[in-house]
Amino acid sequence: MPRVNPIDTDYFKDERKSADFTVIGKTVQRSDALGHVTGRTEFFEDRSFPDLAHVKIHRSAHHHARIDSVDCSEALRVPGVLRVITHADVPSNWYVVLRLIGIEPNDEPVLAEDRVLYKGEPIVAVVADSEAAALEGARRVKVTYTELPAVLDVEEALAEGAPVIKQAGTNYFVYEGHHARRLRFGDVEQGFAQADHVFEWRYSSAPIEHAPTETTGCIVVPQSSGRLLIHSNTQAAFFTLDNTALILDRPFTDLQVKGGTVGGGFGGKVDVMVEPLACIAAMLTNRPVKFVYTREEEMQVSSPRAAERIYIKDGVMNDGRIVARKVMLYVDAGAYSRHSPYGTTKACAHLPGPYTIPNVYADCHCVYTNRTPSSAMRGFGVTIADFALESQMDRLARALDIDPLQFRLINAYRDGDMKAHRKVAEGTALIEVIQRAAALVGHELPDEFRVLSSSTPREA
Amino acid sequence: MKIVNLKVNGVGKAFIAKPETTLLLALREQLGLTGAKRGCAQGACGSCTVLLDGEPVVSCLVPAVTVDGSDVATVEGLADGDKLSHVQQAFLDGFATQCGFCTPGMIMSAEALLDRNPNPTRDEVAEAISGNVCRCTGYEPIISAVLDAAERARL
Repeated sequence: MPRVNPIDTDYFKDERKSADFTVIGKTVQRSDALGHVTGRTEFFEDRSFPDLAHVKIHRSAHHHARIDSVDCSEALRVPGVLRVITHADVPSNWYVVLRLIGIEPNDEPVLAEDRVLYKGEPIVAVVADSEAAALEGARRVKVTYTELPAVLDVEEALAEGAPVIKQAGTNYFVYEGHHARRLRFGDVEQGFAQADHVFEWRYSSAPIEHAPTETTGCIVVPQSSGRLLIHSNTQAAFFTLDNTALILDRPFTDLQVKGGTVGGGFGGKVDVMVEPLACIAAMLTNRPVKFVYTREEEMQVSSPRAAERIYIKDGVMNDGRIVARKVMLYVDAGAYSRHSPYGTTKACAHLPGPYTIPNVYADCHCVYTNRTPSSAMRGFGVTIADFALESQMDRLARALDIDPLQFRLINAYRDGDMKAHRKVAEGTALIEVIQRAAALVGHELPDEFRVLSSSTPREA
Repeated sequence: MKIVNLKVNGVGKAFIAKPETTLLLALREQLGLTGAKRGCAQGACGSCTVLLDGEPVVSCLVPAVTVDGSDVATVEGLADGDKLSHVQQAFLDGFATQCGFCTPGMIMSAEALLDRNPNPTRDEVAEAISGNVCRCTGYEPIISAVLDAAERARL
């Protein structure tokens, strides 16, 4: 198949300067590729340290339960086990990674205290001379529980009478006093009333695991200065440094994070999951400590992309104009916030898609359930919303018997349009992208659609 | 405990192995060859692929004590000084790497294929790397790079 030249210099000619695009469209060698093909690239686990100790975790057996007792005596009897770590050893146990940008409250414990909110939640960390001893120690921790009713669905979690699973008192994240991130533009009910047709459809997605080939992990090495050097495969070195320091209740300057080489991340390595416990283990044993997820942990407890449920109700005219769009969107954050309050805001910011619609109403809910906490993954918030929005566009086009590309061109935003977020659209290019895509696949467009451009003023 | 002798990338090596020491851990932790990676430790991802007497194996599933006296080839042994193997050079030129974690295993599977079949079809390349998981680049540039390496070897 011939490759399509990605740079089409015909479009937006007047916006191009002659000096632009000196790199785009040319072959530039990756700076790290030589290390990759020779095996010399140094990933965190490629470093070795004498006396390296290992951390493994005893995890919750239930989706939602009260912890009645924790007995570590058997674990401590395993040869090679050095220490067990419980919540009492964590200086500042409650956190939310996004507190660095003002999100509150701290809703997640590093190690569970009296309750677990998801299956696989960490309860006890075991530090040992070898990985095998740490695993055996973790296996021998005994926890007794009283099971509590679990909520495993976003709409069930918000239903009347649902068990409240969160300490903050609601099964949803509170946005400035509101139950959801809201978008209000025009009068959506009036829009539905004037529409020739109203259609509503429901979309839902399952969690998606990033499954990086290199699992999440770090090695923490105590320095003679008293500082802790963290070799990590985090995608977010500064989030990791700051959150770890806050959890350890130590100055930021006590920690140094060495990272940047990530064996696949895709958003799955932006939470702060291994570094705090590895640091505590290193402090308690004064030894280098490795904490790396097994493949099973990576699949079971690393944050996936959130499951979402989205209802889209549209009012449309016979000529193809969308005059009203109402979206009820539910992001399954799982048991804890992590990055989901932000992801839900992103979903809201993305509505109603790249279309100019005069009446828009959306409630985007960040919902807590007893499922594995979800978090960042490639365009989180936007990706699933786009799946729903574009599926909706195709269905509307079919229902109105209009060509799906022409239907999008009718509604595509243009420069100068007022968007639902009350910002004037500029630098739009959807029309040109659709025209070019249509030409590339041989999809015929009538003249009136071929002459459209993003700078064509919309008729009143 | 047993002393294991291997010829690794053409050089004789000896180390002490416990029954549970895998070839992967011996290479990485005892011989300092960290090119082969531990991605799953259950033979599913191929990141730990090395050649054992010329055949590709997932070294995370090979107990070191069972391969005493064998020849082992790892990614570190492919280049001759600065001169890369055809497969390495083709991966480099063809943008067949992204995060780089699967790359050493992928390259060893490709080397094994070209050793036994210097003129593979696209399907045969896909089959040869079917045990190697890549989560970034996608397989197309990798398959193209292997075909390119075969082409370079014929020149």
